Amino acid sequence: MAQKLTIDGKEVAFSEGETLLEVAERYHKEIPTLCYDTRLEPFGGCRLCIVELEGARNPVASCTTKAAPGMVVRTATAKIEAYRKTLVELVIGENREVDVHPLRGYASGELANLRDRYGMSSEGTRGTGPGRLTGAMSGTSKSDDNPFILRDYELCISCYRCVRVCAEQEGDHAITVMNRGFHTQIATEFDGLLKDSACTFCGQCIQTCPTGALADKKAMRASHTVAQGPVRRVPSAVETRDSEDLAKENALAPETTFDKTRTICPYCGVGCSVDILTQDEKIVGIHPAMDGPANLGALCVKGQFAYDFVQHPDRLKMPLVRGEDGELHETTWDDALDRAAEGFRKTAAAHGRHSIYGIASGRAPSEAAYLMQKFIRVGFGTNYIDNCSRA
Amino acid sequence: MSNPLVDMQKPDVIFCIGTNMTECHPVAATGLKKAVARGAKLIVADPRRIGLAEISHLYLPLRVGSDTALLLGMAHVIAREGLIDEEFIKNRTVGFDEFFEHLSPWTPEWAETITGVPAKDIKTAAMWYGSADKSAIYYTLGITEHICGVENVQSLCNLALMTGNIGREGTGINPMRGQNNIQGAGDSGALPNNYPGFQSVTEPANQAKFKREYDTEIDLEKGITKVTALELCGDRIHAMLIDGENTLLSDPDRKHCEHALRSLEHLVVIDIFLTETAQLADVVLPATAWGETDGVCTNTERRVQRLRAAVPPPGEAKPDWWIICQIAQRLGFNGFDFDSPKPIFNELCRVSPIYAGLDWERIDKGAKNGVNQWPVPHKAHPGTPRLHEGEFVNGRGIFSNVHYRDPAETIDDAFPMWLTTGRRLQSYHTHTQTGRAQGIEYLLSEETLEVNPADIEKWGLSDGEWCQMSSARGSITIKVKATNRSPRGTVFASFSFADVPVNLLTGSGYDAITHTAELKVCPVRLEPL
Repeated sequence: MAQKLTIDGKEVAFSEGETLLEVAERYHKEIPTLCYDTRLEPFGGCRLCIVELEGARNPVASCTTKAAPGMVVRTATAKIEAYRKTLVELVIGENREVDVHPLRGYASGELANLRDRYGMSSEGTRGTGPGRLTGAMSGTSKSDDNPFILRDYELCISCYRCVRVCAEQEGDHAITVMNRGFHTQIATEFDGLLKDSACTFCGQCIQTCPTGALADKKAMRASHTVAQGPVRRVPSAVETRDSEDLAKENALAPETTFDKTRTICPYCGVGCSVDILTQDEKIVGIHPAMDGPANLGALCVKGQFAYDFVQHPDRLKMPLVRGEDGELHETTWDDALDRAAEGFRKTAAAHGRHSIYGIASGRAPSEAAYLMQKFIRVGFGTNYIDNCSRA
Repeated sequence: MSNPLVDMQKPDVIFCIGTNMTECHPVAATGLKKAVARGAKLIVADPRRIGLAEISHLYLPLRVGSDTALLLGMAHVIAREGLIDEEFIKNRTVGFDEFFEHLSPWTPEWAETITGVPAKDIKTAAMWYGSADKSAIYYTLGITEHICGVENVQSLCNLALMTGNIGREGTGINPMRGQNNIQGAGDSGALPNNYPGFQSVTEPANQAKFKREYDTEIDLEKGITKVTALELCGDRIHAMLIDGENTLLSDPDRKHCEHALRSLEHLVVIDIFLTETAQLADVVLPATAWGETDGVCTNTERRVQRLRAAVPPPGEAKPDWWIICQIAQRLGFNGFDFDSPKPIFNELCRVSPIYAGLDWERIDKGAKNGVNQWPVPHKAHPGTPRLHEGEFVNGRGIFSNVHYRDPAETIDDAFPMWLTTGRRLQSYHTHTQTGRAQGIEYLLSEETLEVNPADIEKWGLSDGEWCQMSSARGSITIKVKATNRSPRGTVFASFSFADVPVNLLTGSGYDAITHTAELKVCPVRLEPL
């Protein structure tokens, strides 16, 4: 039989092992969080998810408190909301910036959303440099020349989501927490570059960071390129923009909008779901799909960062046919298709239908492979068809 | 894969052999890491001390190409120690008694002489795998890219069948597919022995069905494989249509491959770049790429998923399906008047029993509407995350009395080192895509040959310097990298970089049945430059 507890005056059912936060969310209670990521073990660090629990002297963190029969919980009393507002203020007061570039990462707008939810004015809480409460973290951006992950720790709020996602989800333990209190730092072992650590540049830390302290350098660069002008590759100035430039780029950011298209990663056979982020017909980044059935928010360095082959200048744009001079020359589709068809017709006439072979792609969609085999089977009546799986 | 990816977190014992999953299927590997963190035991068999070996509880560093011997030794121990699942064997398999007899000479001590793995470790692996309630096998090309690829896979099936580790959650025989839609290409019938949906071309009922569907006579015998076709280029094969494969770099024995393609009278290549293979073509047709194409693909766990276009293609690039239709129409072939991918996929579903319950709309809705893992035999079917539950499709599981065979070529005085090839995390196959992604070069700028420090000294090489590596087929120069990931006597390189064409060296032999090349074993000689 289902067990019951009371949330905001209403008796609700829960299952063994559920936390108060999980139960409350099922009943559409909007409890604020910062250190919480549904994929990770509850941490209870930010205290924003506190609720009143009858019989408990102080409010409890709902993310770490297991539901028990007969509990009486209040999720949004005036007192609790006041506590939460103060907590958000404390966090915001410490950070250089709250309205961060939306392409910093999947979750990078969470802190700004909380500020809006608690109706804080922008004045006094953002963009004023080191705020009222200044820990060692403020003012320490980690210079790291890697091309993918911006380590802008002035925006770090020590929620440890990056450390936990790296350990619990990715299983790499590449980053950790160094020092304590005001001196807390996120660092690799021996506090070096990510490249010299166990980091595989899967990007999961970027995507779980709720403030944009860890950010997708590549997406921010690509977005900058779009903002600068026509959709084409601008090699020089943009690509050499270093971490400091990117970190400063927040001011122009919030208006940036992008579209998302759900698809499947183009690389290995795992089939991770991703969202392609586009601006003005340019791919500017990739977000892992948190509900992707094969990956549940995970990606690897290829899926996360190796997407720009698509809009690379080397792409073939026109059909090519070999000319009298032995070289390949651009031509029209009509000409190229005629040449392609004519060659097969001639070969079949000269050598018979068993002289023609088709190799389908394991990289193209199934419709291509299906039509390749149909082309050979219908066209030549043979089974002279294969795909590229044998090597 | 017999089991879904989510099952990776559920076994008690995980046996990974010939799979460098942390580099080649990194997201799947996170599932294994979670299983280990939860307390599952991990056994890793691989000639190289790969990332998975580092987190394993038992590492079996077998000599390249000796997998069958290792697996026979494990089967021997399982049988001898009575770790078999008698109920499962009785109800769901045939041939166990003969197999039991067959196993008697293949002791772990014998296996040690072939594999180099200590007999006691072979015993431990067998005891763990055989004793656990749920044991799962994961493998990749380290099992199949051998002349004995079929025997290797059969050996793994023997282990699963004798212990009943198939058809249940957290068990199974799970090959990891390497390309985003290599499963879908096979599903779609791009195979010389199967019509779409793995319907055999030699089965009269299927022949009649496709004669009716396609309104034409089709050969009643199997076609030839790509490997055979390449061998017959210029002889019996005179024209090829290649869609999106860089055959020249990805296939073994590059010289042979280049000669084959050059001897064709007509070569048409559909691709997104002017690859090394496309450069040999008479006609190159520019295709739309990932992110520009609507369609459907199937992943390693048989999950059929939707690909969506997000940006327009460059220039006049067109979808593969459109290109093929246009050529077919010009040749007067029937059944190619498609105007979008949707009716093509729906036709594939209609002619394939394993896809019969699927259609474009269902795939478009995604996971919310069933799991869409085939077989999906009818519209109301939810899909099949786990194969072989309750029974095998083809009746009973058959034990295979396999024997160990040496690789096609073995080391000798002229070629005293084993070369094995594979992939790296930051690069994908021939690097045509990752090589054009900004930032990847920061992590992987060039190809290197991974050599054990003792071998560097033995052959007079220097870490970071160039060396010449030769096989019976040719020579390349490659930079040496000292690492204990390579055991003594074995070196490793990937085939990612066109300027270090490792496939000039490989290609010593093929599996007789699958025609998969022995890319994992190639005797070589190393000399300083």
